[in-house]
Amino acid sequence: MVYDNPDGVRIGLEVHVQLNKLNTKLFCGCSTDYHDDEPNTHVCPVCLGLPGSLPVINEKAVDFAMKIGLALNCEIVGQTQFHRKNYYYPDLPKGFQTTQYDYPIASRGKVIIEGEDGERVIGVTRAHMEEDPGRLQHIGSIEKSKGTFINYNRSGMTLIEIVSDPDMRSPKEARRYLDKLRSILDYLDVFNGDLEGAMRVDANVSVFGGDRVEVKNISSFKGAERALLYEIMRQKNHIRRGGKIVLETRHFDEARGVTISMRTKEEEHDYRYFPEPDLVPMRVADRVPDILKTLPELPDAKRERFNSQYGIADMHARALTIQIKVADFYEEVALKADPKDAAVWVADILKGELNYRDLDVDAFRMEDIVEIISLVKQDRITEQSGVQIIRTILDEGGRPQDIVVSKGLLKVEDDIVAKAVEEAIAESPEAVTDYLAGKEKSLNFIVGKVMQKTKGRADAREAREKVLAGINK
Amino acid sequence: MAAWTDISGIKERIAASSAEEVTASYLETIGKSRINGFTTVWDRALEVARGIDKDGSSGLLAGVPIAIKENISTAGLSTTCSSRILQGYVPPYDAHVIEKLKAAGAVILGKTNMDEFAMGTSTESSYYGPTLNPWDTGRVPGGSSGGSAAVVAAGEVPVSLGSDTGGSVRCPAAFCGVVGLKPTYGAVSRYGLISYANSLEQIGPMATTVTDIALLMDVIGGHDRRDSTSIKRENRYTDALKDDVKGLKIGVPEEYLGEGIDENVEKTVWDAIGKYEDMGASWKKVSLPHTKYALASYYIIAMSEASSNLARFDGTRYGLRVEGDNWHIMASKTRAQGFGEEVKRRILLGTYALSAGYHDKYYLKALKVRTLVKQDFDRALADVDVLMAPTMPTPAFKIGEKINDPLSLYLADVNTVPVNLAGVPSISVPCGFTGGLPVGLQIIGRHFDENTILRAAYSFEQNTGHHTKRPGEVA
Ligand SMILES: [Zn+2]
Repeated sequence: MVYDNPDGVRIGLEVHVQLNKLNTKLFCGCSTDYHDDEPNTHVCPVCLGLPGSLPVINEKAVDFAMKIGLALNCEIVGQTQFHRKNYYYPDLPKGFQTTQYDYPIASRGKVIIEGEDGERVIGVTRAHMEEDPGRLQHIGSIEKSKGTFINYNRSGMTLIEIVSDPDMRSPKEARRYLDKLRSILDYLDVFNGDLEGAMRVDANVSVFGGDRVEVKNISSFKGAERALLYEIMRQKNHIRRGGKIVLETRHFDEARGVTISMRTKEEEHDYRYFPEPDLVPMRVADRVPDILKTLPELPDAKRERFNSQYGIADMHARALTIQIKVADFYEEVALKADPKDAAVWVADILKGELNYRDLDVDAFRMEDIVEIISLVKQDRITEQSGVQIIRTILDEGGRPQDIVVSKGLLKVEDDIVAKAVEEAIAESPEAVTDYLAGKEKSLNFIVGKVMQKTKGRADAREAREKVLAGINK
Repeated sequence: MAAWTDISGIKERIAASSAEEVTASYLETIGKSRINGFTTVWDRALEVARGIDKDGSSGLLAGVPIAIKENISTAGLSTTCSSRILQGYVPPYDAHVIEKLKAAGAVILGKTNMDEFAMGTSTESSYYGPTLNPWDTGRVPGGSSGGSAAVVAAGEVPVSLGSDTGGSVRCPAAFCGVVGLKPTYGAVSRYGLISYANSLEQIGPMATTVTDIALLMDVIGGHDRRDSTSIKRENRYTDALKDDVKGLKIGVPEEYLGEGIDENVEKTVWDAIGKYEDMGASWKKVSLPHTKYALASYYIIAMSEASSNLARFDGTRYGLRVEGDNWHIMASKTRAQGFGEEVKRRILLGTYALSAGYHDKYYLKALKVRTLVKQDFDRALADVDVLMAPTMPTPAFKIGEKINDPLSLYLADVNTVPVNLAGVPSISVPCGFTGGLPVGLQIIGRHFDENTILRAAYSFEQNTGHHTKRPGEVA
C-alpha cells in the first residue's frame, strides 16, 4: 500500500537538543548541573556576557556534536567555525548568539523511520552547535506580567540544532522521526531527555506545495503532533475558503491546541551573521576516525541483530531497541531465559506496565523478570500470575518468590492437591457412598488418600474442605 | 611637571624609602594634575603598596606604580570605557593582564581616560571630558589611550597599559613623547579587555623607556587559555635589550611618506633613519601597495565588530539603565542616552555594513583587502628586518580642531591601522620634536618578532637623547 499524501503535506523539523550530559557549558567552565539549583548560581563572566569576557570552546561538546552527526549519517565539516547571530532579547546576555552558520559541524545525513507506507528515509539537512540563551520567568501570566526575572543558569548550555529536510508527510511521520531521533540520541548517551527543555521542536509545514509556515514553541513530541494536526487543518481550511498561505512564523499555544501568528516574512530579523572573531577555527576532520570508534551499535543495527540472533518478531525487536537501556536489559534476560519468551515478557508485558506507571526499565530487577519467566515456563504459575507479580513488584516492591507465597500464586500446589482429591474421590466410591449416607468418618479415608498422593504437602484441613467440595459437586 | 623615573629608578627609590612612600608621592602628583588623565584613582593603592613593603614581594614589578586604561577590567575598580553607558559598572573579575601585574607586585594607581569605547584618535570623546597633552595643554594627547600616555608623560605614573585597535597605543605615545608597543595579535591575552574590534586589538604597554616596555611585556605577555586567540609561545622580551643594529635591514614604506604627512614630521623621521645608518644599519624604500585601501577596510571591519560587541550594553544587567514601558523601550532609551555620538556613528555604520544586501559589498570585501594588506607586510618583511615610518602624520593637533570632522580624524590613523589589519607588532618611540611637540618613529616587525623591534628601539634610545626630554624642556 502506497501512501499518496492527499493534502501534499510537507513537514520539516528543527530540533534543539541540549547536551546536558556534558559537565560544563559550551564556552565556559560553569557546571551544567543546575536544574535543581537557585537561579543565577551557575554563572560566570563568560555566560553572563560581562564586558571583556571571551569564549573558549568546550572540546568535549565538539566531540558530542560529531558523534551525533556521525550517528545521523552526516558528513563532518573540515574545521569548525562559529558565527554571531545578532539580535536583541533580554535572555541573550551578549546581544548575539554564538552559533554556526555556513559551516555547520555536520550536514547531509539521514534518519530511517517507519513511515505511513513502510520504511522512509528522512534527510538531515544539517546539525550545528550553538549556545542556549538564559530563561525568562514572568511574574504571573505573560500578558499581564508585572515583571520578569532572568535566570542565566541555562545561558551558554550546548545546543545541537538538528534540521531535517521537509520529508515528512504527516504528523504521524513527524512524531516517528522525533521518536527515532530521541532513540539515537539516547544511544549516544549525550543528553538526558527527561530534563526540562532537553529537546525543543520548531516545525515547518506546508500543504499543496504552498509556502511554508514555521510553528514555534513546541515543548513535547505529543505537542508537535497536535500542533501539526492543527496547522495542517488550518492551512487546508484557509485555502478552501479562498485564502493564500504566506510565509510566516506562528506560535503554538499548548493549552488551547492552536497556532497563533507571530510575524510574517517582512518582519523577519536580519541577523547580520559574521564569523566570531574570538574563536579560532578548529580542525576537527582528523578526529572522525576516533569518534567513529566510540559510536555504539545504533537502533537500526541492533534491531536487525535482535531479529537474526534471537529469532524474535520484528515488532518485538523494534520495541526492545528504542531505548538502549531496554535493549541492554533484554539482552541480559535473554542470556538466562528463552530469548523469545524474554522478548514477549520484556517488550509486551514489562514495558507496558512500566509505561503505565511512567517508570524507567531501571525500576525493575533483571533477575526478577528472569525468575518470573522461569516460573511460568515450569508451569508453576500462570501467565496471569506472572503479570500480577510484575504489578506487585512495581506497586509494592518485593521479590517474586515472596509474592508467589504471600499472594498464593503457586499453581503447582493447588493443582497437585486438586488432582489428588479428584483421584482419591474416583478411587473410593464406597467411602463416598458411606459418607453421603451419613458416615462422617469415611471422609477421613478419602482425605488420607489425598495426603498419601501429595506426599503430605497438602494441608489436611484444606484437603478435607476440597474433598468435601468435590463430593458435593 | 614631575620628574620621569623609570622602573629601575622606582626600585632604587623603594629601596631607599618604601613602596608606600613612592606610591604616596605619585598619588600626590596625581592630586595636583591639570591634564585629566586619570578617571579614577584606586582607593586601595596605598594599602597594596604597604602590603608589598610588609611581605617584601620579589615580583618583577614589586611596588611599581602603574595606570590602567578604562577598558581593561579590574575587579572592584570601575571600568567604564569612558562611556556614560557603563557608569556604575564595577567588574567582578580581573583581566588576565591585571592578574599578571598583581602577581608581579605592581601597584595599580587607577584608571586612565580614553576615547569612548576606544573609538577615536584624540581622547576628546570621553564621557569624562578630554585629556590634555602635557606638552601643550591646548592640544590633544592622541587616542584612544590618551590618558595612559599623558599620565606617563606628565610624570604622574612611571608606566601604564593601553590598548591598540588601530593605533590607540602608538598614536598617543607619539603625541605625548613616550614609548608605546602594540604587540603581535595573540601575544597578550585580551581576556578582560572590553572589546571594540576583537580581531584587531591588543593590550600594549606604555613607558618612558624601551627597557620598561620589555619588562612589562615579560609580565603581561604569554598564553592564556581563556583567550582562544592568544598563542602558545614563550618569549623573554628583555633579552632584546641590546645596543646593536649592525647589519639591521630597514625598509621605509613609500606609501607612509609624502602626501598628507607633515613636512617637519617626515624630516624628523628621516633624521632618525639617518641615525640608524650611522649606527650600522642599512635602509631602502619598500612598497606596501594596498595601503590606500587599508583605512577603508579597517573602519568597516572595526565598526562591524563594534556593532555586535556593543550590543550587550542594554541596561539589563549592569551600567546605565533608562527606564521604559517595556524591555525594548528601556534598552533603546538606555543606548540612546548612554552612547556618545562617535560610538553611535560606528554602531550604525557597522550595522549597515553587515546588513543583508550590503554584507558582501562591504564586510566581505574589507576582509579580502585585509588579506592583501597582510600579504604586503609578509612580502616586505621577507626582504627587510623592520619597517620604519612616522607613527602619526602630524604632531598633536589642537583640542577641538578635528572632533567635528570625523573623516579627518580617521585619516590620522593612516600609518597605524595597516599594522592592526596585518596583526604584526609595532612600537612608537620618541625621535625628535617639531614646534616643541614630540614626533614618534614607528618601527614595525614580523609576527612575534617583537624582539627585533625592541632591539632597534633600544639601540636608538641608547644613542639619542629624545626620550629623556620632558614636557617644558623643549622650546
Ligand atoms: Zn559560565
